[in-house]
Amino acid sequence: MSGDERDQGTTGGSDRGRGGRNDGFDDLLDAIEAGEGYYLRCPNDHGSLPPRRVCPHCGARDLDEHPLPESGTVATHTVVRVPTPQFADDAPYATAVVDFGTVRLTGVVDADPEAVETGMTVGATVGESRTSGERLVRFVPR
Amino acid sequence: MSEVRIAGGGLTRFGRFPDRTGRDLFAEAGLAALDEAGVDPGEIEHLYFGNFMGELAEHQGHMGPQMAEAVGVRAPATRYESACASSGVAVREAVRTVRTGEADVVLVGGAERMTNMGTAGATEGLSIAADDLYEIRAGMTFPAAYALMARAYFEEFGGSAEDLAHVAVKNHEHALPNEHAQFRSSITVEEALDAPRIADPLGLYDSCPITDGASAAVLVSDDYAERAGLDAPVAVTGTGQGGDNLALQDREYFARSPATADAAEEAYADAGIGPGDVDVAEVHDCFTIAEVLAIEALGFYDPGEGIGAARRGETTRHGDLPVNLSGGLKAKGHPVGATGVAQVVSLARLLSGTHPRASDASGARVGLAHNAGGTVASATVHVLEVVA
Repeated sequence: MSGDERDQGTTGGSDRGRGGRNDGFDDLLDAIEAGEGYYLRCPNDHGSLPPRRVCPHCGARDLDEHPLPESGTVATHTVVRVPTPQFADDAPYATAVVDFGTVRLTGVVDADPEAVETGMTVGATVGESRTSGERLVRFVPR
Repeated sequence: MSEVRIAGGGLTRFGRFPDRTGRDLFAEAGLAALDEAGVDPGEIEHLYFGNFMGELAEHQGHMGPQMAEAVGVRAPATRYESACASSGVAVREAVRTVRTGEADVVLVGGAERMTNMGTAGATEGLSIAADDLYEIRAGMTFPAAYALMARAYFEEFGGSAEDLAHVAVKNHEHALPNEHAQFRSSITVEEALDAPRIADPLGLYDSCPITDGASAAVLVSDDYAERAGLDAPVAVTGTGQGGDNLALQDREYFARSPATADAAEEAYADAGIGPGDVDVAEVHDCFTIAEVLAIEALGFYDPGEGIGAARRGETTRHGDLPVNLSGGLKAKGHPVGATGVAQVVSLARLLSGTHPRASDASGARVGLAHNAGGTVASATVHVLEVVA
């Protein structure tokens, strides 16, 4: 993974008092934001998310970056009505786990929370918490 | 190998005590356990203490020595953290130490102060048991995580919010005579279904409360119990622990708990029993769906069959396998780091006939305690048996 972007110190990072940028994670959000999302894949075709040195499914250590598919399907979802303080002004909102084939991502669905359904097709993007302004994975219905 | 006996137990009342410190909560439970056992604090060779979020709730780390001091114990003292399974893993370490003969007398317990953080603060505190980067920053909360599991369960196996409401109704009813329980009030299925939603399909009555409380137990070797003339009829005969990927999104299934299944398999083999031998169980019902997932992973029900167990009456106090006679986390309350030991103490009392619900477990010889952390990325199972 390239360190070029993080050297600029202009994107990402957390203001939650926990030490700023998270290499790997913020690199991935940068990439999703630029429309170049990826995930890590091991030789046994298990997907995972960075930073990883070991496949969480089989222990393989040679992980390669592969493009994140443009869309995935909602595997399960809920409407969060009692949020953490970081999402106080966002609630109610739909949180979903989205299946992108060999990898899954968790995020907030940019849709009427009541309208989200299992099997719905969505794409991944990066948005912000309305409450904290912190970046997060958002899903846009396709 | 020594047999591990439960010589005494202690519990605070579980509830809303925002001004009480963790050290005072544990002192009450620890002293009660020592007194019930008839063991002097000077006899204790190690304290195993479970706590999840002392740093967040009261800016306190390094709680092992603090808690030993609070009960007059001067011995090595270690804090164990595995989210909501913190004192379950503490029990496991205590049991292993006594078994190997490294110690004859140990104190195990846990405490959690939570209500001083408020609902939003406690929700945030609990969330650190999940993956911060990929789950919590993405808006997940713990009720939301279990809601994701409940939705997946309904879609894979069927079942409904009404089935879950029966779990809550059962556990509230079980807690009625329990003087340690946070809630001692009956609820109806209709009330549960009409309650505000927390994270669909889970509502207020599907969720355990935010609770302050502490628990403790004195574990001794059978030799020591005999030498000291202790009344300790219940033994821990099996221990098991399982693990899984931390984040829900990395699991193969959302509606199964392999960490619980692995812990159970190990504990059953250790005790030389099977799920069919269990007479009574205390399982980790932080949310109603969690009890369903637990009774399936423990081997009491096939996948997809556990959802109807409470509705059919099979896990009520009149059923064949009463589950959570103490009221469970749902009604007894869930002071996170205290829960695993509280389950063991409750179960020992049920088996020895000293629990207010013991008449609903009369003749029970084998009990099982199941404690889970996070979305069951950690799980412990302990088998307790009447041996004397």
